[in-house]
Amino acid sequence: MSGARRLVVTALAAALALTVTGCGSSDGEQQPTRTLTVSAAASLTDVYDGLKPRFEQANPGTTVVFNFGGSDTLSQQVVQGAPADVLATASTRTMQTAQQAGRIAGEPVTYATNRLQIAVQPGNPKQVTGLPSLVGPQVTESVCAPAVPCGAATEAAERAAGVTLDPVSEEQDVRSVLQRVQTRNVDAGLVYVTDVRAAGGQVQGVDFPEATAPGAAQNYLVGAVVGGQADLADAWIRFVTGPQGDAALQQAGFTLR
Amino acid sequence: MRTRRGGATTLALPWPVWVPAVVGFGLIAVPVAGLVLRTNWADFGALITTPAALDALWLSLQTGLVSTALCLLLGTPLALVLARSDLPGLAVLRSIVLLPLVLPPVVGGLTLLFLLGRTGPIGQLLDAWFGITVPFSTEAVVLAQTFVAMPFLVVSLEGALRTAGERYEVVAATLGAPPLTALRRVTLPVVLPGLVSGSVLAFARALGEFGATIAFAGNLQGTTQTLPLLIYIQSQNDLDGAVAMSLVLVVVAVLVIVATRTRDVSGVR
Repeated sequence: MSGARRLVVTALAAALALTVTGCGSSDGEQQPTRTLTVSAAASLTDVYDGLKPRFEQANPGTTVVFNFGGSDTLSQQVVQGAPADVLATASTRTMQTAQQAGRIAGEPVTYATNRLQIAVQPGNPKQVTGLPSLVGPQVTESVCAPAVPCGAATEAAERAAGVTLDPVSEEQDVRSVLQRVQTRNVDAGLVYVTDVRAAGGQVQGVDFPEATAPGAAQNYLVGAVVGGQADLADAWIRFVTGPQGDAALQQAGFTLR
Repeated sequence: MRTRRGGATTLALPWPVWVPAVVGFGLIAVPVAGLVLRTNWADFGALITTPAALDALWLSLQTGLVSTALCLLLGTPLALVLARSDLPGLAVLRSIVLLPLVLPPVVGGLTLLFLLGRTGPIGQLLDAWFGITVPFSTEAVVLAQTFVAMPFLVVSLEGALRTAGERYEVVAATLGAPPLTALRRVTLPVVLPGLVSGSVLAFARALGEFGATIAFAGNLQGTTQTLPLLIYIQSQNDLDGAVAMSLVLVVVAVLVIVATRTRDVSGVR
């Protein structure tokens, strides 16, 4: 018993010693690093992850840390004082929430938009052509709940098309809708072009005219958070709205503004 | 056993128990009190009587009760097997039964979806033979709730069965009672308090179920949108509504727990 305890104490002491020396050596060799915290909409995950190493290379000594989540959650977090340098939302409304609380420095930039597409099985076996072709029991579809941004966009598109869809489920986010189509539990789902692109060949996207109706398109905004590291925040904003950011956004299926 | 209600003989708790007990109570009670403070009382009535809220409450109560009944029907025999049989590998069996306690509910829901979905091994057959689609139905909600709630019933009942021991059954057997009669007339009445508290736990768990339900059953008002699902969706853009409905859920849970607790105590004494 006492032997085992002594072993544990020795192991702990050794671990502690290692940690201390580990910290010491890195402090001695490198210049102090800075961390840029970016709160970004979940739909930006792939693009931002891809931009991170290139930004870090262009800004030596900087590490980028992401906090991905729903735009509403992120903007609420920023309003409540979450320590972020940059806020990147997937809707104008959520950015305005943070702005009205006085948490955004300067004017946020609207740099990209995303539009809806109907995701179907590869080859489009149910011959989906547009929103009207989804109505009725022969085609089952899944959409976002009206309370979340992609659901509000879906409602706007429905209004523009003059149809009322009969979904089997209203999901809490757009990737859940995509998952229903990918797992073939529904025939079709209303998602964004970027989601279809991200799914590779597992789903096929069908364009429809009402995707560009007012309220149906989704705006992407980025702004510097008050109290953050202004210089790093501006560098990130210039990077994602510059040529490298543009190329990555376009490749993912976003439309540039 | 000595109780406060018994009067004369009250055992004093050693003082080191009190401090962590108060901290632990605060950790649970203070956030719930925060819920009350955050509630928009002016619009409370309107917020909890929207068609979506009433549909969700009704669906939650219905599916919660059916799930609890299913847990009783399947979980009681399961607890009996775990507590009283001499099957080989009982320990492994028990740990499998307890898995839903550890598994993130959303994973449970996804596995149900992979099994019973349109392309799943069982779902495919159900679709081909009977034209039945399980996901996105109220039955799927019940299945998801039963999956996560059953271990709570099994654990409390198995505990009660082990504590009670087998001596009364032995007596019943020597008096000539067949096993089924002994089970019905002796075993089940003896462990009734455990059965009741296990059912309450299972019902409470089913009532609060979110992850497995939204993954497997989806979210559609009146069919699969239970109160926790509606609360989550509402919290995305209408916090007042979400908070008000959370309070309703809390009240329902407290009512159920208090009602069954008092009954269970009077049943024992």
